[in-house]
Parts: sequence; C-alpha cells; structure tokens
Amino acid sequence: MRNGTVIEVTGLRTQFGPQVIHEDLDFSVARGEVMGVVGGSGTGKSVLLRSVIGLIRPAAGRIVVLGHDMTALPADAVRALQRRWGVLFQDGALFSSLTVAQNIEAPMKEHTRMSRRLRRDMIDVKISLAGLPPEAANKYPSELSGGMRKRAGLARALALDPEILFLDEPTAGLDPIGAAKFDQLVRSLQRALGLSVLVVTHDLDSLHAVCDRVSVLIDKRVKVGTIESLMREPDPWIQEYFRGPRGRAAQAAAGHGAGTGNG
Amino acid sequence: MAAPAPRLDARLDGACLVVALGGRWTTQAIAGEDAALAALEPAGAMQARIELGEIDELDTTGAWLVYRTARELRRRGLEVDLSGGDQEQRDLIDTVAAHDVPCPGPPPPVNPLVTLLLRLGKATVEVLAEARDLVNFLGHTTVVLLRSLARPRSIRLTSLVSHMEQAGLNALPIVGLMSFLIGMVLAYQGADQLARFGAQIFTVNLVGYGVLREMGILLTAILVAGRSGSAFTAQIGTMKVNEEIDALRTIGLDPMEVLVIPRVLALMLTLPLLTFYADMLGLLGGAVIALVELDISFLQFARQLSSGVTLWSFWIGIIKAPVFAFIIAMVGCFEGLMVSRSAESVGRRTTAAVVEAIFLVIVLDALASILFSNLGI
Repeated sequence: MRNGTVIEVTGLRTQFGPQVIHEDLDFSVARGEVMGVVGGSGTGKSVLLRSVIGLIRPAAGRIVVLGHDMTALPADAVRALQRRWGVLFQDGALFSSLTVAQNIEAPMKEHTRMSRRLRRDMIDVKISLAGLPPEAANKYPSELSGGMRKRAGLARALALDPEILFLDEPTAGLDPIGAAKFDQLVRSLQRALGLSVLVVTHDLDSLHAVCDRVSVLIDKRVKVGTIESLMREPDPWIQEYFRGPRGRAAQAAAGHGAGTGNG
Repeated sequence: MAAPAPRLDARLDGACLVVALGGRWTTQAIAGEDAALAALEPAGAMQARIELGEIDELDTTGAWLVYRTARELRRRGLEVDLSGGDQEQRDLIDTVAAHDVPCPGPPPPVNPLVTLLLRLGKATVEVLAEARDLVNFLGHTTVVLLRSLARPRSIRLTSLVSHMEQAGLNALPIVGLMSFLIGMVLAYQGADQLARFGAQIFTVNLVGYGVLREMGILLTAILVAGRSGSAFTAQIGTMKVNEEIDALRTIGLDPMEVLVIPRVLALMLTLPLLTFYADMLGLLGGAVIALVELDISFLQFARQLSSGVTLWSFWIGIIKAPVFAFIIAMVGCFEGLMVSRSAESVGRRTTAAVVEAIFLVIVLDALASILFSNLGI
C-alpha cells in the first residue's frame, strides 16, 4: 500500500475542437510525493489537473488513479473514487451560502456514517489542521480573507481524509508571507497525513518549498524531474524559467531554508 | 469497494480496562463505534490499555477516536496507555491530539418572531433605499439624456444601432408569435361570449380595443423587460465585476454617456416600432379566428375595426411605448451599475431588474388607464 504510483497518465490527448492541448502525454505521481506542475500560460496546466480528477474527458489515453482507469469507469464508480481525493480550487470554491464549518461538514454528511457529534469533533480538528482560528468556524466565506478562504478550502478538501490532494494555484493571490505559510502548511500536512499531492503552480518559491519533483508542460507534453535535474535540460523555456532572475532568487531563498528539499 | 467494519472489543482484565481495536478505523468505515467508545464504563478499573495492534488502517477520524477515548478515560482518573501500532499510527494520533482545539458551536437560533421582524425591517429599509437610489438615477439619466439630445454628436451611433438590433430586430420573431397568439385568444374568448347575444361582430371591437390599447404594448414591454432589460443588467454588471466601469472612468469616459444613454435611446426608439408590429400581428391573429370561427371576412373585419375602434386607441398604445422603454432601460442599467464585485450579485441584480421593470411598467399602465379614462379617450 505504501509504495507505488497513485496517478499514472499514459498517452493522454486532450483537445477542444481543433485545438490540441496535450498530445501523447505521459506522467505519474508516486505515493507520498509532492508533484508540481508548471508551464507557460495556456499550456494546459489546469486542464491536466481537471483531466486527472475527471472533470474533463480526454480525447485519447489512459488516466489511472489509485489503480482505477478513470476513462473506462462508470460514473458511480468515479464518484466513489472521488471521495478518496480532495481538491482545492483557486479561490477555495467554498459554498457561499454555508459557514466554514458547514462547508467542511458537507462531504462528511453526504459520504460517511459518522454521528453528528463526531462530525463536529472532526470539523474542529480539520479547522485546526488547516491553520484556521477556531472563530472561523461560524463565518461565511465572504467574511474571510483570501488566505483564510484557501485554508478553509483546504480543510474541506481534507474532510474525508483523502489519499491524494490536488491543489490548483494554491498561493496565487496571497501575499508573500501568507504564501510561504501556506507552503509550510501543505508540506507539514503532507508529512503528517502521508498524502500524495499534485500542485499546479506558477510560484517558484512554492516549487522549491514543497515539491519533490516537477513536471514542466512543454510542446503538449511534460518533462519530469527534480528541480536540479530539470535545470540541466537544454530547453530554452526551462532554462529561462529556472535560471531567470526570479528562478535564481527562489533557488537562493530555498538554499537558505535547509531541509525543505527532497523528503 | 467493501469496507470491513472497524472492530472493537472492551473487557476488564483485573483492574485494567482493555480496549482492543482492529480492522479499518477510517472516515468511511466508522459509524456506531463512536457511541460505543463514548459509552465505555471503567467499572472500577484503575488503568486502561488501548491496543492498536490489530488496526489495519487508521486515518484522522480513527486517530481522533483513539485520542478522545484516552482523554476521556484519563479525565475519569484512569491511567491510560496505548500499546501496539506502528510509528506512523502513533504519529497520526499525536498530530490530532495537537489539534484538539474545539471551535465555538453555531450561534443559538434567535426567536423566529424576532427574526421575522428583523427581516421585515431590513427589507423595508432596503426597498426604500433602493427606491431613493432609483429616483436619483432617474434624474441623472434624464439630465444626461437631454444633454445628449442637445448635442447629438455625443451620442454613440455604433452602440445605439447595435442595441437597436439586439433589442428590436432580434425580438421580432418572438414578439410577433406572441402577439398573434394573444389576438387569437382574445378573438376566441370574445366569440364565445358575444355569440350568446348574437353580437359576434363586436368580437372585432374587443380584439381591436384589447390589442391596440393594452395587450400589444403591455405584453411587448414585459417581453422586452425580460429579454433586453435583463441583458442590460447582465452586460453592465459583468463589466462592473471586471472593473471595466472603473477603467472607463480612468480614461475619462462617462459610463452614463457610453453605456446607459445608447441603451436607453435604443429601447425608446425600438419599443414603439415593436409595439406597432405587435399590434398588427395581434389584429391579424384576431382576424384569422374571426374568419374561421365567425365567418367574418377580412374586409368586414377591417370595416368594423375602422368604424368601431377610434384611432386614439392605437395612439394610446404607441404613446405609452417610449415611456415604458425608458423605464425598462433605466432600471436595467441602474441594476447593472449596482452590481457589487461578485458574480453572484450579477445574477441577483438581473432578477431584480426584470421584476422591478415589469412591476413599474404595470403600475404605469394602470395609472395611464385611469388618466386616459378621465380624459375621456
């Protein structure tokens, strides 16, 4: 159970009309690792994430998640599978008519047989795990700051104790201090709960802080490796990305904070 | 996916309460075990041992139950230790223990009578504030509209024509079909009732008065409020969400002049035309039924119409059109500009625009009826 791959994508092709986003794309995520997905604007980072979680149907290829082929599975089996992962969308995607506590309770109520009291207990634990203050429980999403909304979204994503966590641009829109704290939170949760994480991001600091390996989307495919190994790739976009001024600054920052590299 | 239930076995071993756990202690599998663990009775035991050795799978919910059981037993004066279990499971239990931070419960429900009063008061204040803002906007629009008409070069022609096309030309099929059907319905009802008195011919008067004075303009206005008033709110509201309105202001353009005036003018010009078109098709619908049901030929229909229905009836319908158009466009633009910066408020405001526009149109129509009948036309 502990080893092996949780996500295996082979020969993926996604297209919208005549526009091909991914062509013959292969990539995989191992259990317990944090995989970052980067790429220029419009290379289909979010599309890749959405394909893996079953929101977009690929034109060709296989997507195997937790041992099940998503493309061949009937709809109810996909729904059962979806309980085994959590997704954090860009702005949290909290249900605006529910409080934070009710947002976290929603998947528990729907998919578990836990008693009301146990649900309340677990909501409190998840709120604390996501680094939210206890008072946040009764607030509505509109009353929270952007950073708090993301944390609340993370708490909801953790509601069913997922095996895989999907994060779509988790640090976008956060100030640098909030972003660094969120990175630390993701890393510590990943270690404590033994999660596998797929994170789509633009944030170089975030890549250095949380990712074990990185997939770079180039020419409708991915190049996968650790940041060090990717820096040796000759591709001009990768060179520009990791060795440009921002890339170097992020690398220098990561170098100072020892122990945030590969786990 | 078969989920084997978690196993729980509690027994008293001398002065030691042994709680042996096994199987899957996960969020998906746990059900009644929570109550069973909470109901554990120490029954004179001094110590307790929670055995984790048989647990196959443990996640935060399972770890929480182990932790909570230990916490509760400790509170009752027992010495508790955990035995068995691998390092990972123990780490997880420590993690949830570190996050035992109870949140305040949901606020107690307020007296429903108080809630009702509160909501009533709030809604009243909101409606009044909205009415005040709408009157304010009415004045603003009128001033800018008159200024624009005084300087016709400031009117944006492209925008005006485009809105006339969307609100007028594109509405022709639906307005035509609807009016035709309404004319038919009026003729049918009239034929049924009037035939009893042998006064079938007056069906023509009924259709003529009904369509020209009221039905043509009122139904067209309601349809345009639903079609174009809501579109104005959605367009301007989306621009507001995207900060396009702010961008307009920063480059020195007045949103009233760029966005509101073309829409208001376009609707004021097209609604009378649409009304005329609706009147014609309404009469045609009536004439068809008169022919089929009552054997009144088109010629007879026209003759009876010209002798029985005054021209004023036609003008009353047409005169109301620009006024209704002004109200519909103004309310649509007003609600669009009231959108706050969220997608949700675009939807809410669009609904409000349609409801308000239709309400105001009907109120005005009622007032117009009273006015015209007192004037004797």
